Amino acid sequence: MAIAVGWLLRQTLNTKPWIEQRTVSHVDGEGALPLPSVKVGLGVFLAVATSLFSLLVSAYFMRKMGADWSKLSVPRVLWLNTGLLLASGIAMQWTRAAARRGQIDGVRSGLIAGGVFSFSFLAGQLWAWQQLNASGYFVTADPATAFFYLLTALHGLHLLGGLWVWGRTTAKVWRGVDVGAVRMSVELCTVYWHYLFLVWLVLFALLLST
Amino acid sequence: MTSVTHDESAYVPAAEVEEPELYHPKTFIGKYIWSQDAKVIAVQYAITAIGIGLVALVLSGIMRLQLGFPHVFSFITPNNYLQFVTMHGMIMVIYLLTALFLGGFGNYLIPLMVGARDMVFPYVNMVSYWVYLFAVLLLVASFFVPGGPTGAGWTLYPPQAILDGTPGHNWGIILMCVSLAFFIIGFTMGGLNYVVTVLQARTRGMTMMRLPLTVWGIFMATVLALLAFPALFVSAIMMTLDQALGTSFFMPALVSKGQHLAYNGGSPVLFQHLFWFFGHPEVYIVALPAFGMVSDLIATHARKNIFGYRMMVWAILAIGGLSFIVWAHHMYVSGMNPYFGFFFATTTLIIAIPTALKVYNWVLTLWRGNIHLTVPMLFAIGFVFTFINGGLTGLFLGNVPVDLPLSDTMFVVAHFHMVMAVSPILVVFGAIYHWYPKITGRMLNDTLGKFHFWFTFLGTYAIYYPMHYLGILGVPRRYYAVTGTDFIPQSAHSLNEGITIAALIVGAVQIVFLYNLVWSYFKGKPAGGNPWRATTLEWQTPETPPKHGNFGATLPVVYRWAYDYSVPGAAEDFIPQNQPPSKKAKGLEQTLDAGELGAQTRGAMGTPKPLGSS
Repeated sequence: MAIAVGWLLRQTLNTKPWIEQRTVSHVDGEGALPLPSVKVGLGVFLAVATSLFSLLVSAYFMRKMGADWSKLSVPRVLWLNTGLLLASGIAMQWTRAAARRGQIDGVRSGLIAGGVFSFSFLAGQLWAWQQLNASGYFVTADPATAFFYLLTALHGLHLLGGLWVWGRTTAKVWRGVDVGAVRMSVELCTVYWHYLFLVWLVLFALLLST
Repeated sequence: MTSVTHDESAYVPAAEVEEPELYHPKTFIGKYIWSQDAKVIAVQYAITAIGIGLVALVLSGIMRLQLGFPHVFSFITPNNYLQFVTMHGMIMVIYLLTALFLGGFGNYLIPLMVGARDMVFPYVNMVSYWVYLFAVLLLVASFFVPGGPTGAGWTLYPPQAILDGTPGHNWGIILMCVSLAFFIIGFTMGGLNYVVTVLQARTRGMTMMRLPLTVWGIFMATVLALLAFPALFVSAIMMTLDQALGTSFFMPALVSKGQHLAYNGGSPVLFQHLFWFFGHPEVYIVALPAFGMVSDLIATHARKNIFGYRMMVWAILAIGGLSFIVWAHHMYVSGMNPYFGFFFATTTLIIAIPTALKVYNWVLTLWRGNIHLTVPMLFAIGFVFTFINGGLTGLFLGNVPVDLPLSDTMFVVAHFHMVMAVSPILVVFGAIYHWYPKITGRMLNDTLGKFHFWFTFLGTYAIYYPMHYLGILGVPRRYYAVTGTDFIPQSAHSLNEGITIAALIVGAVQIVFLYNLVWSYFKGKPAGGNPWRATTLEWQTPETPPKHGNFGATLPVVYRWAYDYSVPGAAEDFIPQNQPPSKKAKGLEQTLDAGELGAQTRGAMGTPKPLGSS
């Protein structure tokens, strides 16, 4: 937010568009961010997702003020899942480093490791749903449980969206394209995986503490 | 405006900018149905939005029939009436205005005005439209399911939205929520495009502060929408879960028709906070594009530079920021801490400052301008009047003690229709009359346009002015019938009849507008490249309507801001943004017809042909 405001200030303060008539030699650097458009696009999407998850967290706190609130009995498997998601992020980071070095083999194994960890995380989340359900807490049991299902479902759907891009990238690597052709996708996936891990940490801490 | 430089060294051909790879459709279907061209997507958005908007217009006509002549029309039952009220509101605010301003005008104007070939993610842009269409179809489907569409009011407040006394509490509300969720997903895809295109795809020389205000308005509205729609998304999902699975996010413990329901402990006020955290920015999501477009219409048709461009930009940013901290002024009657109400009343009144600055700047732009009373200009001036009227009643309603007695009366209906229904729709009409020549290559019929303007403008005043009096008398909104009520005098019923007659006339006049759109497409006067002699880049394209890729072989280079109208000493009363500051270029202008020059030389090449080559 501060970056956006600072950038806007630089763009707009002290410019007098009505008297400036800069010539061609001066029109370079129109103020486009020094980033590829897809990265800016991902940044904007992360802002939207942040808005979504912040609103959910706010709703969680407001609903928590209700008299019927009781603490969620957190399934233990969530600790394992947290580790799996962290591992998938690390694998993605490793893939990114391999892509930067131009090693297609490293990219291939890194992507597979990242995918396996991510799918294991999703399976673990489903297992947590199952455990809760088996111990008598379905979505209607109490508000904390309802929030648990809602938050994990939305977080999982975001990860599935990321896995769709991951799948396309992996398919490309399998067809044997050049590292350069997938480097950007790998970078975007890495950023997105780290972001989803951070969101998960916030949500998990929320579920554990209240 | 006197420091126009005449720099000979400026005469440098544009360097080659890296060309994005464009999508090349081969078949009719690829070109017009599954199109990735932002201009085609814009027209798809616009036609869909106007189509569903006509449904909402008919619904409002039926509502007015009931209000003006209660107990006359047997086909309007109390349940139907509530459903029509709900669907009218929801369609107009979300599926018509938001989609038309951002999906329609945003898609058409952003790439052309910033000098880009297309949006940066054309495929995502195409998917955005199809998801929007799916959302519209889901909404329409709710008319045909058992129980019909939801009748909860466009605000969908729980618990009544899902209690079985409300029409459409089963299928209707679920389809509504799911449709909204899809709308938001589709909009997010489009919105990413609009923001990133403005940030990243501006042509050489197009700094942020050289953007036309239309682009600023759409840009900021998109930012607001991207951040505010998640609140509606969250509330729609939670509402669906409460209805379908029986969770208690919003539903408190309650007894309905003698039955204890299974719900327990949910918070209806939580829904209101989420809804209005979206709902208030939504007002500006609709208003900011209108503000931007009307600035360009006024400057172009008054042949004057916009007064206070930098202030206008900052006002747009300030309104956007403030719009996120005023939402609870919609909830004064929900019960809140008085300090809380005081805070929101204060922020609400503060937002009047940037808004008033904009109004002053529009008026000062008109002041001693060379005003051409074209149809777009008529609509623009009509907007300024209407917006002032609607804005002033907003000052009433922003204050807690004034709002409390007026809440849920016709006064509120009159206020928000003036400020966020009539005002933006006047800009939509003005913008269509203004940009239709670029979209189709033909002018809309002027006589029909003036007829359309006067009947619409005066007619809406005949509808909404009297409604303020009804509200002060205490006539409530959303009531099926208020006959037999002592505190409502007979004169109020007569007034209601008059309002209904005016509303039906205004509704019927829109047929003239639709006829004009179709007739002019085939028979309208050919427009040429730049019929309004405007400065912005969309009027400098080599072809009209612009082909896919917008600018021919070379992208234009921008040398000046968007408002060089009536520059002292210039040969013409407008200087296009892509005309270099050069004496030679000015000399050339005197020998050539301006429209021809705009269409061929500047647009195609980015820089004018050397002197004497013509």
